[in-house]
Amino acid sequence: MGIEKLLFYVFAATAVLASLGVIGSRNPVRAALFLVLAFVSTAGIWLLMQAEFLGIVLILVYVGAVMVLFLFVIMMLDINLTPLREGFTRYLPLGVAVGVVVLAEMSLVLNPQFFGLEHFPSPIALAAGDSNTKMLGQLLFTEYLYAFELAAVLLLLAIVAAIVLTLRRRNRHEALYQDIGAQVRVQASDRLTMVKMPAVVAVKEAKEKESGDE
Amino acid sequence: MSDLLQLSDVLVFGAVLFVLSLAGIFLNRKNLIIILMSIELMLLAVNTNFIAFSSYQGNMHGQVFVFFILTVAAAEAAIGLALLVLLFRNKHSINVDDLSEMKG
Repeated sequence: MGIEKLLFYVFAATAVLASLGVIGSRNPVRAALFLVLAFVSTAGIWLLMQAEFLGIVLILVYVGAVMVLFLFVIMMLDINLTPLREGFTRYLPLGVAVGVVVLAEMSLVLNPQFFGLEHFPSPIALAAGDSNTKMLGQLLFTEYLYAFELAAVLLLLAIVAAIVLTLRRRNRHEALYQDIGAQVRVQASDRLTMVKMPAVVAVKEAKEKESGDE
Repeated sequence: MSDLLQLSDVLVFGAVLFVLSLAGIFLNRKNLIIILMSIELMLLAVNTNFIAFSSYQGNMHGQVFVFFILTVAAAEAAIGLALLVLLFRNKHSINVDDLSEMKG
């Protein structure tokens, strides 16, 4: 057995055991940590598949950001776990049955007879000076440039949506919060009072005062 | 059994991961957090398939797709967790059975 295949089996076994931990653990914090393990081992498999950039992005973005966000939320909420576990054993036979049937159907198709080395030969190593990141970047910034920009807008939208959803207004009249609608609706007459004053008198008085000083 | 790593090995791994997360949704159908995590796991399985095909066919477009799926999944996780926090603030529970106001 080649080292590549051995590594694949190690990573795959770790990922499968970790995902069993995700769906089976009683405590959501433990489930999140198992999910981190599953992500890291799958990133190893992505590296074996010569997808170095995405493998590292998976660890940096998923483990570093998304899973930390998950852990943050789980630890912030004070969850009563007992009612949430009801039905686990009730649905266990159904879940296992559905899983076994789906897996059997999938493995009928996904076997070496159709996806073996005769049909899909091993990927050739990249030429010197060519890297996965470079190739991905070339595609991303030329052919998929528009989609890339849309993805950026989507992330901005997600930031705004998450902030707006969780924003809590404690007191509407506190100076911390501004009512944009009221600010736009305001008119000059609401805030400004015009006072009529005879300008000539003021000038005359000023002149008299000046001459008095002399 | 071949000595080299072949495409079907990776595809079966993706299928196992997908089926496990499917079973996770079945088994933990009351706990909203575990359901969200199972969806993340499912996306991971699909991405693994994309990368396996991309690598064995020498076609980089699959990896570009994975990049975009990762972006969308990050946005989905952020908004999903924001909704979860909002829900917990209003109901003090994340039990799916407590969300039956719409009587669907």
